[in-house]
Amino acid sequence: MASAETRRLKLWQGRIETEVEIAGNGPPLIYLHGPWGLAPDRAFVARLAAQNTVYAPKFPGTSRGDTEAAHALDSWLDLVVYYAELFDALKLAAPAVVGHSFGGLLAAEIAAASPKSVGRLALIDPVGLWLEDHPVQNWMILPSKTRRSFLFADFDSEMAKRFFDAPADAAERVETQAQFIWSQACTGKFVWPIADRGFAQRSHRIAAPTLIIWGDADRIIAPVYAREFAKKISGARVEMIAGAGHLPQLEQPDAVLKVLSGFLGK
Amino acid sequence: MKVCMFHLMPYRDLPSDFVTRYDSAFIDPLWFDVADSDKVGEYYNATLDELLYAAKAGFHGVCTNQHHQNVYGFMANPSLMGAVLAKATNGQNIAIVQLGSTLPSTTPPTRIAEEYAMLDCISGGRLVAGFPTGLPSDAVISNGIVPIEQRERFREALALVLKAWSAREIFAWNGKHYQLGMVNLWPRPIQQPHPPVWIPGSGFSSTAKYVVEHDHCFCHLSYFGAKNAKAVTDRYWDHAVRMGRDDNPYRLSFLQLIGVAETDAEAEDLYAEHAEYFFHKLLYSPQHYLAIPGCLEYDGLVQSLQSNPRAGVNPLELKAKDFYQRGYVVVGSPKTVREQLLDGIKELRMGHLLALLHFGSMPTALCKRNIDLFAREVLPYLADQWDDKYEDHWWPERLKKKRAAAPAMAAAS
Repeated sequence: MASAETRRLKLWQGRIETEVEIAGNGPPLIYLHGPWGLAPDRAFVARLAAQNTVYAPKFPGTSRGDTEAAHALDSWLDLVVYYAELFDALKLAAPAVVGHSFGGLLAAEIAAASPKSVGRLALIDPVGLWLEDHPVQNWMILPSKTRRSFLFADFDSEMAKRFFDAPADAAERVETQAQFIWSQACTGKFVWPIADRGFAQRSHRIAAPTLIIWGDADRIIAPVYAREFAKKISGARVEMIAGAGHLPQLEQPDAVLKVLSGFLGK
Repeated sequence: MKVCMFHLMPYRDLPSDFVTRYDSAFIDPLWFDVADSDKVGEYYNATLDELLYAAKAGFHGVCTNQHHQNVYGFMANPSLMGAVLAKATNGQNIAIVQLGSTLPSTTPPTRIAEEYAMLDCISGGRLVAGFPTGLPSDAVISNGIVPIEQRERFREALALVLKAWSAREIFAWNGKHYQLGMVNLWPRPIQQPHPPVWIPGSGFSSTAKYVVEHDHCFCHLSYFGAKNAKAVTDRYWDHAVRMGRDDNPYRLSFLQLIGVAETDAEAEDLYAEHAEYFFHKLLYSPQHYLAIPGCLEYDGLVQSLQSNPRAGVNPLELKAKDFYQRGYVVVGSPKTVREQLLDGIKELRMGHLLALLHFGSMPTALCKRNIDLFAREVLPYLADQWDDKYEDHWWPERLKKKRAAAPAMAAAS
């Protein structure tokens, strides 16, 4: 894997600065993180970089020193156009785009708005649809007593415990917790209080080959949604990940990487 | 010094196992498991009775507030309560303090401008216009507001309301959150350009800075007593001085739970179960409904992570005597209450005391007794505070005439 680089891009009439973490060699892949920021996904992103040049932008508002950037985007239209500008600035032609949870919906919206801008699309437990019988759990108001069991299949695992852990060092603790909470605040702006903003009306525009990956024990957004996404996206294939909750890339990274590399390598 | 009677309108008769049945007083309790509509009808009427009783007893103002989907207080529309109070107190020297309607959760916010203007007209210019941003659970869960937008919505809505109250011409409002092509409000408030504006806050946040910047009155609505509020009010006053404001105590209102009886021992005994009910059952709110991501702006979030003054304090582990000792509730004989309140008033430099004389499961008879004793034995000793040096610029103009030295007890009895 090539040495990692962080590029800082000032876009959107100078109102948004975005750090993009870049690593690896191979075909370009954009990774869009979920509601908890890029930090929890770094180990997974590093492994993705074994076969791809991975570009992992931080969501507007979550880059260091630019916490107010989310206020420069007011709608899904703004957000998708902003990401088009970001893709242009990275000079990537039809990269693969992988997104998790909120980042999955973001990836899917980009692929629907601008079908030629995405070469391949992989969605890991994406939000964005709504089934009356299976309401999506609001991940921003999880009780501290039970939140691990909402996110992880094995909620007593070290991984599950680490996810909510804060570093012992006081300054580091504040920084880590603030990032963790603020990432939810910034991404939540576009899906609060219900993560259904009409993607189903736009989904038919997606042209990229699409893989839908789902933790079979996801308690945020039930696995039944995997089929629902597949119904809405023409030609989409579903891979269920056993022993994973809402964050299969953390809980079962080997299995996720296996299905992803099969899909991306085609 | 102005003293107003505050009321939350809580559910007064929760089941004894409430705390084990539910993890929260907010959002989670199921109406049909816990509540009874007939009883609640009685509570609304009792609340109005108690506030009107305080009005007759000589308080300077009566306060309502807005909350949703909880057992702790559910005047879902405070203007409905305010309308009753305004009509019933006509002819009395008493402010209708709406503390108030939550702007970010009402669309369009000109609805609140209209309701408040109606209240000012009905009351003959006695309205104090309070504008809370709303509890996180109220604004973003009950009313679906996007957390990170709550404060910017509030600021835009307030600017729109203030303009709508005094604009001489029809105007268009092209805002980020609100767009209205032709604004020409009917009615307008009697008090022009606007009634006094009070803005509540539970800590020193960007809202308190906004209050200073716009020269409004900041209402620190804490349930932890004057004894524990100095850190917040010091920061408020420091900021006011830095921004070139004077030290007029009427820039600050403060809420305090108070229970008065003939003796300290009697008061401590009388109010114990209601204090415990308040802190154990009504304030029972978990972090995930209090600290929703985005409700605090980034700087406020970092600040709250660095130091939370009440971190580690679990009210469920405290008893009435702890609430008294810690100053969450001021209880005692009139002398004790006077002394403690005066200490707090001077220490915090508060110009308006919002006395929560009904709290928890308190029945009306005890609440009225509390009001009586307070009005007769405590209020007169506080009322002259500050008035020799400062004018209350955050009080309805028509209520500023000097009141009789003794409260109108005859009317109350």
